[in-house]
Amino acid sequence: MPGGLANGWATVPDKPQITIEVERRLANFKLDVQFQLKSGLTAFFGRSGAGKTSLINLIAGLDQPDHGHISIGSQILYDSDQNIHLAPEKRRIGYVFQDGRLFPHLSVHNNLIYARRFMDQKLNPETYDNIVQLLDIPGLLERRPGTLSGGEKQRVAIGRALLADPQLLIMDEPLAALDGGRKAEILPFLENLRDQLTTPILYVSHTMEEVIRLADNLVVMDGGRAVAHGDVETVMSRLDLSPLTGRYEAGAVFQVHIEEHDRAYRLTRLQLAGQTLWVPGIDRPIGTNLRIRIRARDVSISRQKPQATSILNVFAATVREIVRDQGPHCEILLDIGRPLIARITRKSVDELDLHAGQKVYASVKAAAIDRRSLGLNPTN
Amino acid sequence: MFTLSPFELEAIVLSLQVAGLALVGCLPLGLMTAWVLARYDFYGKFLLNGFVHLPLVVPPVVIGYVLLTLFGKRGPIGQWLWQTFEISIAFSWQGAAVAAAVMAFPLMVRSIRMSLEAIDGGLEQAARTLGASPAWVFVTITLPLILPGILTGSILAFARSLGEFGATITFVSNIPGETQTLPLALYSLTQAPDGESGAYRLVLISVAIALTALITSEALARRIGKRLGHRA
Repeated sequence: MPGGLANGWATVPDKPQITIEVERRLANFKLDVQFQLKSGLTAFFGRSGAGKTSLINLIAGLDQPDHGHISIGSQILYDSDQNIHLAPEKRRIGYVFQDGRLFPHLSVHNNLIYARRFMDQKLNPETYDNIVQLLDIPGLLERRPGTLSGGEKQRVAIGRALLADPQLLIMDEPLAALDGGRKAEILPFLENLRDQLTTPILYVSHTMEEVIRLADNLVVMDGGRAVAHGDVETVMSRLDLSPLTGRYEAGAVFQVHIEEHDRAYRLTRLQLAGQTLWVPGIDRPIGTNLRIRIRARDVSISRQKPQATSILNVFAATVREIVRDQGPHCEILLDIGRPLIARITRKSVDELDLHAGQKVYASVKAAAIDRRSLGLNPTN
Repeated sequence: MFTLSPFELEAIVLSLQVAGLALVGCLPLGLMTAWVLARYDFYGKFLLNGFVHLPLVVPPVVIGYVLLTLFGKRGPIGQWLWQTFEISIAFSWQGAAVAAAVMAFPLMVRSIRMSLEAIDGGLEQAARTLGASPAWVFVTITLPLILPGILTGSILAFARSLGEFGATITFVSNIPGETQTLPLALYSLTQAPDGESGAYRLVLISVAIALTALITSEALARRIGKRLGHRA
């Protein structure tokens, strides 16, 4: 978009530090979370019941912690020692709810500008136009929320939150109520937002696909605690988290870029840690940065370099760690210059006599890398 | 041509006056009571709820008698009103309005409370995160959303007030020009030896007023419903 989003929040001079340290006893578990939020999009990932929504309600001020401290830069939103509990309307935190929560008695336009009378400065008409364009909702402005589709409602809800000029944008599973097609319709808008806003975004999700596509940072929640926190690549390479991120979906995440397109075979060659990875053709220009997830179940291991194999991608690797449990599978952390995770049977581990430090070959089937494992890199 | 006699006109105007005053008194109090019942949990809530609904279940005469005991010149409230402000509402049209308001109150509270409870609290939370204080949330979100309930409650209360008989005749008696509303006038005519044709005319007038009120409220409710995005 030309000129970007021309308003204060598009050119925040220095990004304020967001600190969250809260304890809250809830009906069936205790929420106990400490971390600092980095800029960009941070995903809160965890199973339902892990405490994600409870936590963001504390941040937004819709619920009050028993104890702790929440601040954005020098502004304290909550502090139990100083007896500070700022009302939600004073926090300037945009909140996109799972169910949209558009005001049914107001038109889309009036929903969008709802926050204007509570703001210090006047609403910049250019900002309004930019956001309406960014979310592709100019045709909906006169409609009532009751006549919108689920995807349209969510786009309006995002616009409404942005037009309140938030210093932090929270999205609580904004895609959860949508079916597959509608999800695919919204994801590009979210990617755009992430790339064009300087406002930090907190994105709650229980879908790994969304995390891979959207997140810079990842907080894994379990039983009311943040069990891991860091950039997506680092957190996803931790074997101990795979029960939480979902064994079926678990896999290492890489930053890659497009080197070459093979038009004849409809393949794309990616550059990954100095090595080459062939994947089914990606419709992006050469040089594009991507994020790619190689699922652990799509990686196989052999002691000798495979000969005459159908598999296009073979990497020399070193075994770093083997996690065995009682089930049929083992998870193996490999080093190919970057961490790569393989999930193979316990029987194979014993037959190959695998142990840490061993030199092996890791094979990745090109066909196993699908659209769902790709995300446009936010640093593009 | 249907022309109204002075007697009929007096009864109609008085009835509208009584019902109007009853409505004006009922509305803010009913809104507050409905709010408390819908939004707060407190010890003895069921008692308040029962008390509010009492006029629906006890004979109107009982309510009229209780009002007479409280507001009569020697009743605790009536005595205080007389000594402090030199006001007495017993046997006056304002008294008739009080009787009508008490009888209509539960209908008002019920319909506002139901629409309050039907509101998705999430909408009010969303408004808070957008910067609206609780007072603004009430004005810009809650009030417009419960408007249909307020409207229904008002029509019911107004109609109930127009028809009020038992509590009125017990509390403020049947004084032509002062407390003789339509139902009371109708009652007087049925007691008179040659009142039959006059009684029929009052029946027609009562039906016409009630129908007008109902149709107006229906039309208003439809317009508000459209604004709220319901498909009618």
